[in-house]
Amino acid sequence: MPSIRNLLMRQEVIIGLTIVALSIFIGLVNPSFFSTANVFRILRATIIVGMFAMGVLIVLISGGIDVSFPAIAVFAMYVTVSLIRSGTLPDNLILSYILAALIGLGLGLFNAIFIAWLRLPTLIVTLGTLSLFRGVLLFFVGSQRIRIAEVSPSLTELSRANLLTVENPGGGVANLHLAFAFLIVLAVIVWLLLRYTMLGRSIYAIGGDREAAERVGFNIRRTQFFIYAFVGLLAGITGLTFSALSREADPFSIVGIELDVIAAVVLGGASITGGRGTVIGTLLGVLLITLMSSSLVLLGISSDWQRFVVGLLIIIGTTIPVLQARLRRRVAA
Amino acid sequence: MATLAQDKPKSWLSDLSLDGTIIRLFIIVAALFAIFSLARPDAFPTVRNLQSMAFQSAEIGILALAVALAMLTGGIDLSINSTANLTAVLAALLLTNFKDTAPELAVVGAFLIALVIGPLCGAFNGFLVAHVGIPPILATLGTMTLFKGIGTVITKGAAIFAIPQFAFIGNGDILGIPIPFIIFLVVAALVGMMMSRTRYGFEVYLLGTNPLAARFSGINNRSVLMRTYITSGLLSALAGLISLGRTNAARVDFGESYVLLTIMICVLGGINPAGGAGRMVGVVLALVALQLLSTGMNMVLFTSSGANFFKEAAWGATLLLVLVVELISARWKQRSRRKLKSEG
Repeated sequence: MPSIRNLLMRQEVIIGLTIVALSIFIGLVNPSFFSTANVFRILRATIIVGMFAMGVLIVLISGGIDVSFPAIAVFAMYVTVSLIRSGTLPDNLILSYILAALIGLGLGLFNAIFIAWLRLPTLIVTLGTLSLFRGVLLFFVGSQRIRIAEVSPSLTELSRANLLTVENPGGGVANLHLAFAFLIVLAVIVWLLLRYTMLGRSIYAIGGDREAAERVGFNIRRTQFFIYAFVGLLAGITGLTFSALSREADPFSIVGIELDVIAAVVLGGASITGGRGTVIGTLLGVLLITLMSSSLVLLGISSDWQRFVVGLLIIIGTTIPVLQARLRRRVAA
Repeated sequence: MATLAQDKPKSWLSDLSLDGTIIRLFIIVAALFAIFSLARPDAFPTVRNLQSMAFQSAEIGILALAVALAMLTGGIDLSINSTANLTAVLAALLLTNFKDTAPELAVVGAFLIALVIGPLCGAFNGFLVAHVGIPPILATLGTMTLFKGIGTVITKGAAIFAIPQFAFIGNGDILGIPIPFIIFLVVAALVGMMMSRTRYGFEVYLLGTNPLAARFSGINNRSVLMRTYITSGLLSALAGLISLGRTNAARVDFGESYVLLTIMICVLGGINPAGGAGRMVGVVLALVALQLLSTGMNMVLFTSSGANFFKEAAWGATLLLVLVVELISARWKQRSRRKLKSEG
């Protein structure tokens, strides 16, 4: 039985308690917070950030950082939708997702060449590819918005698909979008990967101590190739999902979200220096940031405060693990 | 750092001395200038074009110097742009409030605001990095959002306009040379000399190379970090004033792409992102190269939006190329050194 003190040393517990306390507070100020419609609205807002966060989590655990994933996502999404529009790709949801995933995989492998093979610093490489992928997309592929409803019945159908439909007592219905299931399935896959596979252990190992991992016999190059290819693949899938949720393929969208996603993952307890991070923590981090930024209006606070609050949250969230580490050292000594 | 180990007093030109990175950058700058001058002899190598390029690059250049300082310590500063915009917003508020009663005083006040806000923002970063111990990329990610948030709360997201008396800092020129560019050159020279000639600069390089060794050689790492982030904040605030003068308006979301762009300029300019190596001359040359590339592309491709997209791709490709070239030259150097050792 872990003591309360040990529980409080875990970032997931602190973030979880914060979410509960915050929810109760918002609910007391404005009871409509607990309405099914509002809960579903918040959950829907976590889908895209949450899916991206799963990829970022793996990268951070391995001791790297990736800022290029939004560019990969928008590239895969826009190319796929453009091909459907031109008739090159049949309008089939499964085919679309396979193509988007493959494009993402290809661009992820491009990152991996520089990072795993040439061993260049991850932040700088992905900064370069972020700019390269987006520039190539806008210059060679196109810069016009495409309305999903005009080109793809299958994606339109996805955009209207619901996972859950609950009838409101006061009339009308509240819908939870189907894509929320994508996030859950993805989270389970990443959780299984990190917890029960040798590959998952090697990701933690190279993030914890690269040299030691190498001496124990982990293949760092192969692990890094997997990580960046997997993040690319995830980004491709998330990009296409984004187009279904927003009902348009906008080549200027998504890029700009990268620092927000990294902030959510870090808030969830992943260490930016590698070796530490969990799926549960990451999901809670995403939920807390979404909750904070989407509930200010319910509290009667102007949405102008959103940035300020999120910034404060990041600073507090990154201070906690540092203080915990100091406390641990003091207890040990 | 070879430049640090000298016993003899340095000549004034030693800050501009050549090494592999600087020579490569010179070649890139010269090649870009030649190519675009041949492609558009009517428009590219003209005084007017040179002036307009100088106007455009000054504020990004100053921000790049701010990032370079943080990078030399082994850190990074993502909050530069938020600090610049917050300064611009506060300065613009002061200017509009006193535009009828005391415009000249308000202009002086705007500079005082920058002198206070910039170092204050920087000191907060420095506190989080040096005293709390948050990794710089996270600390400044947080303050980037926080400072922007403060600006949003103050302005409610709207643009605040400056006054004509303030335009000189962004639009004026002396003997045809744009004032913002003069400011940039002076700042670059000052920062460059500070890094190569003062005790503080020496400490920054040592801290960036090996923080533990720096501490055991008696350097107060915390104080060095504090001073670095405070300087970075001051430079950002200055860039904010220049953009306020140039565009005559302050917005909290102005120039959001600058953050990643300035990091790119630093790396292209040979600043080691892990800290400890790189020179300000390199940053200046990298800035010039990127400006030549983007203006040149605009002229060759005629359409400015298409050229912007192409430019973005070209920047990314250039960064990756430079990384690979640096890697190959480093490995080559290592190999020849090993060879020398085995022969000797």
